[in-house]
Amino acid sequence: MAHADTTHAPPAHEASAHPPAHEEETNTGISHRKLLMWVFLGSDCLFFGSLIATYMVYRGQSIVGPYPIDIIDVPITTISTFVLLMSSFTMVMAVAAARNGNQKRLIQWLVCTIVLGGGFIGFQVYEFNLFRVEGLRYETNLFSSTFFTLTGFHGAHVTLGIFWLICLAVISARNPAGRPSGEDVDIAGLYWHFVDIVWIVIFTLLYLIGGFDAGPDVGHAAAQGWQWITGIIT
Amino acid sequence: MVTITGVIPRPNTYTGLWSWLTTVDHKRIGALYGFSAFFFFMVGGIEAGIMRLQLATSDASLVSADWFNAMFTMHGTTMIFMAIMPFGATFFNFLVPLMIGARDVAFPRLNAFSYWTFLFGALLMHAGFLIGQVPDAGWFSYANLTAAPFSEGKGLDFWALSLQVLGVASLAAGFNFVVTIINMRAPGMSLMRMPVFVWMTLVTSILLVLAFPIITVALIELTADRQFGANFFNTAAGGDPILWQHLFWLFGHPEVYILILPAMGVVSEIIPTYSRKPLFGYPVVVFSGIVIAIMSWAVWSHHMFTVGLGAIANSVFTITTMLIAVPTGVKIFNWIGTMWQGSIDLKTPMLMAIGFVALFIVGGLSGVSHAVSPSDFQQQDTYYIVAHIHYVLFGGAIFGIFAGIYYWYPKITGKMYHETLGQVHFWLMFIGMNLTFFPMHYAGLNGMPRRIYTYAEGFGWEFMNLLATIGYFVIVISLLVFIHNFFRSLKKGEEAGHDPWDAPTLEWSISSPPPVYNFAEIPVVKGQDAYWITKREAEARGETVPAEPHVDPSTIHMPSPSYWPLITSFGVVWIAGGLLIDFGWDYIRFPISFIGGLITIIGVIGWSNEPAAEEHHEAEAHH
Ligand code: HEM
Ligand SMILES: [Cu+2]
Repeated sequence: MAHADTTHAPPAHEASAHPPAHEEETNTGISHRKLLMWVFLGSDCLFFGSLIATYMVYRGQSIVGPYPIDIIDVPITTISTFVLLMSSFTMVMAVAAARNGNQKRLIQWLVCTIVLGGGFIGFQVYEFNLFRVEGLRYETNLFSSTFFTLTGFHGAHVTLGIFWLICLAVISARNPAGRPSGEDVDIAGLYWHFVDIVWIVIFTLLYLIGGFDAGPDVGHAAAQGWQWITGIIT
Repeated sequence: MVTITGVIPRPNTYTGLWSWLTTVDHKRIGALYGFSAFFFFMVGGIEAGIMRLQLATSDASLVSADWFNAMFTMHGTTMIFMAIMPFGATFFNFLVPLMIGARDVAFPRLNAFSYWTFLFGALLMHAGFLIGQVPDAGWFSYANLTAAPFSEGKGLDFWALSLQVLGVASLAAGFNFVVTIINMRAPGMSLMRMPVFVWMTLVTSILLVLAFPIITVALIELTADRQFGANFFNTAAGGDPILWQHLFWLFGHPEVYILILPAMGVVSEIIPTYSRKPLFGYPVVVFSGIVIAIMSWAVWSHHMFTVGLGAIANSVFTITTMLIAVPTGVKIFNWIGTMWQGSIDLKTPMLMAIGFVALFIVGGLSGVSHAVSPSDFQQQDTYYIVAHIHYVLFGGAIFGIFAGIYYWYPKITGKMYHETLGQVHFWLMFIGMNLTFFPMHYAGLNGMPRRIYTYAEGFGWEFMNLLATIGYFVIVISLLVFIHNFFRSLKKGEEAGHDPWDAPTLEWSISSPPPVYNFAEIPVVKGQDAYWITKREAEARGETVPAEPHVDPSTIHMPSPSYWPLITSFGVVWIAGGLLIDFGWDYIRFPISFIGGLITIIGVIGWSNEPAAEEHHEAEAHH
């Protein structure tokens, strides 16, 4: 890659589906692209953190129903959560296959992950639609606005991940000569696991804990969250 | 997919318009940022002028109350997001790779994407002017002033969606610089040998990466309320406007440090150079920068003392806010300590840097005075706060930025600016700044509220306001001197040479302006103030150090220009812009916005199918 200089590889490639055969030299030994993914995930934590905080602050503050207790179906979502967790497992296998350079296995595991991820999205579409039919629309109440926004953005993350994995699978089907590299799949794997972990948090807070919330509590929403924080400080 | 990349041949020119539209060279991108930032600095300045003229006398009627609202909203938004932040990006871009001894940033095309997205976002926000839909709820656009019933028209949609686009640009830039600084330092440049400016860039970038998602979410919620009927800030449905304040200031306070830390970095480079002494207490400066960044997450509610969060919250945030003044004050002592017993050379950059320190002290002190929540009850939403923010942002950030512009002018252009004109600029701006903003302390403590479009006579505010308006024009004159100096020196300035200031950092070891590839040979760094070490060692041997000689650029493999960043940015801004379209049938905005999504996807696919660097194009050289 480098012509005249060997001291320091020039900043060659970006998040690209076709990296050259070897990664650039870096101070940390972590490739630029992988570090980028880590930094992005750090940033995304704050993104989901803010959405989750909004949901938690508004828990039990809706003035009209349907409330979570009327509508949230924990058993079904437990199944879809399981499906998503399984996709993390198959993703681990895909990463291992890519590291070993086993293209055939890689494609198989990628396809498994894509199918499981797609299954999760299928559940979500089914759930959203059911809620709509049962009278919970985006503009219905605080619960609906916060719920659909948070889970919707999570679903969008999963969908993006599915597209990414499809691209990787297509590339490796077309061009088995060492592409995508182990690093490519690794980075996609980081993203995929992160999105899964976020779902675990969402599932716990919105379904297992918040799924039984009923009508409005007393008190002022943000003030309550606030008292909770100051309660911890003092 | 591959076909998409094949349709249009890859750009491979280094001159003309296309070369600028497709450039991935961090120095050119820096220049683009700089000119755009200055342009919006003037736009924001004109808005400020309209406000100052209106307020010069009591009961004035130059503009309506509505226009005044639009003016202060766009002034604040423009100055913060479209002037000071991109000025910061100008320096990051131009300097960071040079200072760490790298040939470019980690992701050159992502860097181009940041710039174009910033530019398009800024233009989209201003496009509201063309159709008379100007945001008017203040730079922090408190809920529920922003709720559809209280803010009709599309002004706030322009605000929210354009700010979202600007956020994408900032995030992309933040990612890029974190990776660049962590991963691309030349051999020997350990973290604690990095120039302070690079440190401050790293800290700022981390703040960007962590703070912007919060405003992103706040803006998503606002947009959802306004466009899709959600209830986030809808009190009738139980929503709470205070949530907006928490989200906004949780972002907003780190944001003010995003604005000031780059200027602190610039000043930390300049003061040692003109004091002919290394920075006093380098590790302390670095460490206090890091502490500021961490603590900036724990002070946001000092913007909300009068909201009624209760005595405990107010006390806690009083204490944290006073504590954050400590690392800030520590830096002041470091700068003063650096000048102490130095042989000071009062060139324009040094004057600007000293101006920065002096004015920032004033702003810091007024900051501490409203950190005390009982006293803030008097000051909140008065002109006293306006005085504070301008001492830190104009006296701080803008003086720091001009210090940097003068200091690196010879490096960037190869020409020397006119010293006398520079000093005239400094003194006029220094006097004008104080004339404008110092009286505001008095007006504020005399009870003059912020954001009023006029005031009745008899409150005793006229004189202070008149002074401020006069000061405004002194600042304008000073900026005209600067513009004249800038362009005059481009044409007539003396050749600067590669190292006119005998400076300590690596960018001065290469020719001015730097060649595309920056360093023919990647430097090896032996300590802090690397270039001083090189020069002093050479002097000890009785030699001088010339600029690094140029080499044939075709021997150095550089990333190639690309139009995909431009196309992708265009798609991103189209997504946002599409939602603003209104042809009578409201739902048309969704398919139109969707087209933007398609353009973005095409851009991303083309981008990722294109190798960062072509193999055979470097032969057509640039010099
Ligand atoms: C010594 C450090 C500082 C302290 C203790 C401090 C304290 C404060 C406080 C308590 C407020 C809220 C006042 C109110 O609205 O009643 C405030 C407002 C503000 N500060 Fe500072 N500040 C400091 C430094 C800075 C810096 C470095 C910047 C930016 C570069 C900055 C920018 C602002 C801005 C923009 C506002 C007003 C926001 C608005 O209401 O529009 N401050 N500051
Ligand atoms: Cu603050």
